[in-house]
Order: sequence, then structure tokens, then C-alpha cells
Amino acid sequence: MATEKKVTAIKNTPKHLLGIQNLSVLEAKEILTEAKSFIKLNRGSSKKLDVLRGKTQINLFFEPSTRTQSSFDLAGKRLGADVMTMNMGNSALKKGETLIDTAMTLNAMHPDIIVIRHQDSGAPNLLSQKVNCTVINAGDGRREHPTQALLDALTIINRKGNIEGLKIAICGDILHSRVARSNIYLMNMLGAEVNVIAPKTLMPKGIDNLGVKSFTDMKKGLDGCDIVMMLRLQNERMKGSFLPSKREYYEFFGLTPEKLKFAKKDALLMHPGPMNRGVEIDTKLADDINVSLVKEQVELGVAVRMACLKLYCK
Amino acid sequence: MKEKILTNVRIIDPSQKMDEIGNIVIDEKGKIKSIGKKSGTSKSAEKIDLKGLIAIPGLVDMKAFVGEPGFEYKENFRTLSQAALAGGVTSIVTMPNTKPVIDNVSMVDFIIRRGRDKAKVNLFPCASITRQMEGNQMTEFGLLKARGIIGFSDVNKTIQNSELMSRIMNYASDIDVLIMQHAEDYELTKNSCINQGEVATRLGLQGVSDIAEKIIIERDLSLLSEFPCRYHINQISSKNSLNVIKKNKSNGIKFSIGVSINNLSLNQNDIGEFRTFLKLSPPLRSEEDRLSLIEGIKNDLINVIVSDHIPEDEESKRLPFAQAATGSIGIETLLSLSLELYHNESLPLEKIIKCLTINPAKILKIDKGSLKEGSDADICIFDLEKPWVVKAEELKSKSKNTAIENRKLQGKVKMTLLQGEVVYSN
Repeated sequence: MATEKKVTAIKNTPKHLLGIQNLSVLEAKEILTEAKSFIKLNRGSSKKLDVLRGKTQINLFFEPSTRTQSSFDLAGKRLGADVMTMNMGNSALKKGETLIDTAMTLNAMHPDIIVIRHQDSGAPNLLSQKVNCTVINAGDGRREHPTQALLDALTIINRKGNIEGLKIAICGDILHSRVARSNIYLMNMLGAEVNVIAPKTLMPKGIDNLGVKSFTDMKKGLDGCDIVMMLRLQNERMKGSFLPSKREYYEFFGLTPEKLKFAKKDALLMHPGPMNRGVEIDTKLADDINVSLVKEQVELGVAVRMACLKLYCK
Repeated sequence: MKEKILTNVRIIDPSQKMDEIGNIVIDEKGKIKSIGKKSGTSKSAEKIDLKGLIAIPGLVDMKAFVGEPGFEYKENFRTLSQAALAGGVTSIVTMPNTKPVIDNVSMVDFIIRRGRDKAKVNLFPCASITRQMEGNQMTEFGLLKARGIIGFSDVNKTIQNSELMSRIMNYASDIDVLIMQHAEDYELTKNSCINQGEVATRLGLQGVSDIAEKIIIERDLSLLSEFPCRYHINQISSKNSLNVIKKNKSNGIKFSIGVSINNLSLNQNDIGEFRTFLKLSPPLRSEEDRLSLIEGIKNDLINVIVSDHIPEDEESKRLPFAQAATGSIGIETLLSLSLELYHNESLPLEKIIKCLTINPAKILKIDKGSLKEGSDADICIFDLEKPWVVKAEELKSKSKNTAIENRKLQGKVKMTLLQGEVVYSN
């Protein structure tokens, strides 16, 4: 970690975590430092703290999620908060209730933190204007997934010591990926060089203005990279005819041991999950503990979310 | 009504190339009796001194939505006409996307009667081009025209079927009706809500390329060369579209083009963090596009500036961006926001007024937008310099979804006359 010195930037800023875009370098580093202190705790036998005792945390999930939801769930519980998880599916919307109505209803129950996952970009921003508790974005549309980027950063720091000066490739469906966007902002902010690699139909317009280099060729894009982040290819993209077939995608954009050789010798592999084995990633590679950080990402995810909950809940 | 004289007023009337200080005499019937510096006076007449102010023909807004019938909670004839008059607009072309849709003669009778009773403004109703605006079957152009329909538009919908579009043009050419198209290729704009590019990528929203607009304009203008009819594109939004328009105009094809004041005054960066009041169709695009649209007005490639007045209740705007309703109100601020283009030296005053008065009147073939002797005394009087700040709650529309809340403007309407009567003053 670059600065082990305790920084306290979050105190003076708005109380929501809506995206990496709204974060300063100091704030990001504060979260990462805080998170680091929770790693050990989570590996120990007694995992419970009471920093959020008496606080109520509502996980409001409008989109299905396994790891993010359970991670936030555990994080809240380990800090001593009362955690309630609501899987909204589309049920509320089907009944005609708008996001604002749902927010007002929950707000009346005096929660201290709402963790929201929503299929529409900007939904957490809207929510944050309507409630008087902390809002933490657990993924909105294709806009941001800040805690995922933070846990990715922590995982990298844990292995490589630092992010500054590293070269990071993000590969796959950049167009629809909030993980890609949050990671682009955060890794840039922490001083890494970022390459994005995708077929042209899955590359958003104007991506170069976000401070990355874009490639359509894995060989060129992975050249000299320390970290290779693979993204999930959502199967529904096939129906929209973004791509000819899974087979063709795997051929050109699936990560295989051969393609990984384009990157640095000691390059490490990451994936936010869930993985499509044989589509974007070779199955053996995904399980290779010498290269794959996938399990570590999940583990550190809890620590990062604990840090966010602790720092943002006032 | 008594004879009236407006004195010492700067008269700008592009229809007679007039820009001079003089008087306007209005006769007992509410018509212009004489106008200009040589205009006479009469002792019995009521005098209104307008020193320091400007008189122009009442504005003609070619695109506004009135909530009646079906959406009275968003806007009605009374509130629309109040908003219009406060903005110096005396003639409004109303859109047919009401509930039910104005696609048959009985609806026309209703709308004309209702408008006459409730609105104090000249209303020119449009009917839809296709039944239910579904893009399948053309409406009864001839019968509707005979009942008083001024033009045909599917508002924010586009005829996707090229064969149908060619038949519409072919049929319309014979009976001299105006077809007003919204240019958008649906396949290219599916699920999208803002301009494609960096802003869309940052906000995580599905972007729409300006090709979606261009491709329909190209198609329609190709068809038009085969079936020349009175054809108008409601609103264009991009530089690419302008290039197509330029090429076709120089090939001698006749058509007219409108632009929304929003696309002239705002760009995609103004959307900020999900300001849904700026979710518009066509969407706000880049600064380069905005500047090219201003250039388009300068070069007479664009003929009309519209308010694209779309009242929406708060409920349908306070949603995540992708779900929020499209459109903003604007009829009351149309002139003031247009004057911004004069104050920031983008356009000459005369050109702006032309696009708001005589140009739309000519396209619509209506006897408005001019202060020539003998025409109706529909007059807008404004103070070119007066500074003010747009406050949604002070606007007269029933819905308050303005795209320019808190914007500082210069120039405000002082008085509006309709057929010689003062119907608004502040």
C-alpha cells in the first residue's frame, strides 16, 4: 500500500458512495486502507465487531446477485449492523410502485444505510436525493459498480504491493459493463495504465476520452500487462447480434493460456464473476491458483464492503 | 373595439424587411391599419406608448403539445394559451398525440370547438399521418384538411415503412397537404435515450447515433425527389443531418426544416448527472452539433425554430433516466431563449425573428407571422435587454418540466396583442 498513513477524507464529503467518478484519490485510498485492516479479521476465528451496532442496513436488490449481495450481507453483519435484504425482482415495479415510492417507504423505517443494486443507470443517484440515510451503490445499469472496483484494487495491492505504474488490461463486453467503467476510473486514479480490449460492437463510443487505450486485438492489448481482467459475456448479447457466435468470441477474445502469454510473465488474472467457462475464459486457467485471483477477489470483497459501510455510515 | 395606436416602438417585421422606429395603428376590427415611421395617428384612438421596446409579429410555434383530450393533468387549452401569450406566441400548431389520437374528423371538430372556447390564441391543429400513429395506414388527408387540419405529423414517431412513406408523399402531393416527419430510425434508436458518445458512456446509458436521424432524412429526401409534396422535418439535431440537407437543397429538392430551441441552446453536457428534464427527442448532442445548427439557420438550411413544448408531470420525470418521460416545456421561454442567441452574437436578431414568425407561417400557408397592412394585429412586444431568471414555479404551464430552470436570460415579453386586443401584459 502506498500510504499506510491514516487518511480521513471521507468525513468532509457527501455521505453516499455512488460511483468511483465522485471519489477523490484520498477517499479511495482511505477505503482501501480501512479495508486492509479487515482482511485479517475476516480470516480469524472471531469475526464480529460492533462498530455498526444499532445501525440498520437495507440491501435493496432490484437485480439478481449472488456474490455482491451476500458480500454486503456478511459485511454488515460482521460490523454488528442489523441487515435486511430485499430482493425486489420486478415485483414492486409490476405493482406500479416507482423507485421513489419504494425509497420513501423504506425511508420511513429509518434505515442508516441503503445498499442498492438496480438495472437502470443513475438509480442510486435518484435514490440518494430522496432518502436521508447513506446510499451505497452495489451496481447500477452499466454505469458503475464502485465496490467491485475497490475490491479489485485491494486484491491487486495485496499481491503486487502497489497499483501505481502497473499496466492493466480489461477485456470483454466493455459496452455493457459497469465493472469496466468503475475499474477504468479507479485504476487510472491510482496511477495504472489501462488498456481495454473488446470486439468493436462491444466497445462504447468515446471510451478513449476516459483515459484508456482501446484494442480489438488481444495480442496487442495484453502486451506488457501485469493484470488481465476478464469480463463476463452476457449470453443475451448473442440474441442482439452483437457477435456472430460464442465459438468465434472464444477464438478471438477468450482468455487461454496461449493468449495470456502475450501479457507479462507474472501476469495475474481477475474476473468479477460469474464466469462463463469456455466463453470468455479457459476453464483450467480460471482455476489455476498460480495465476487466478478470482477467489481472493471474493474474499477481499467482504473486507472492502465492511470498510465502505463503516466509513460511509454516520 | 376602439382604434389603437402603438407609438415610438421599434418594429421588426422580416416579412416586409422592416426594422424602424414608428407607430402601429390598429383599426376597430383588430387589423393593422398602418405601420412604420410614416404611419399616421388619429385623435380618437387609444394610445400606448412603447418607447424602448420592440414590436414583432406574434410568434408562430410549429410544435407544441396540448394535453386535451386525455392528458389534461399535464396541460390544457387554457394553461397552454396562457403560457403561449406570456411568451409572445399567438399562433400554435398543436400535435395530435392526444388520447384519443387526432386521426379522424370527429376529433377535429372536438378540438377546434374546445380550443375556441378555452384558448385565447390562434390554434392550428395537426392530425396524425397514420391511424393511431401506428405507421400502417394513412389518415383521411383530404377530409381532415377540409375540416381545418393544418398539417400532418406522427409527432415523435417516424414512418418506418418506406413503401408507405412513398405513398403518403405521392397522395399528399395531389391535395397539397403538409407532411411533418420526425426523423428517427427505430432499429438504431432502440432503448436509447441520449446522444452516443462520452457522456452516454460515462452515465452508462444507451446512446443513439445521429445516423438514426440522417438515414431517415436521406430516405425521405430520395423519395421526395420522386414524389414532391409539401414536406417538413420537425426537428433536426446534428451536423450530419445538415450535410444531407445541404446537398439535397443544392440539388433543387424543395422541403423545409425545423429545429428545437433546446438543440440550439443546450448540449449533452448539460444533462449533468441524470437531469431527466433534459431528456429530449431528438436528443441533445455535442457542442459541435449545436454550433452547426446555428450555422444552418444562418445559411437558411433551417427555416423554423420551435419550442417543442412537451408538458410532463413530475411523476413521469422523477424516474431513473432510462424510464423517464421525454420532452420539456418551452413555449413561454421560446422567445427569451432565442434572444440569447442574439445576445451571445450567434445570430442576427432579424434572422431569429424570421424563424419564429414569417417562415413557419409560409410553410403552413397561413396568414400569420406578418404585420403587413390588413393583417390581424397579432403582436408581440418585448424588452430586448431585460434580465430575468427562469423559475419553473413562475411559468404558466400546468407542468413545470423546463429544461432551463435557473437559467439567466436577457429579453422578456412585455405585452401580447391578439387581433388588436391586449391579452397579456406585465
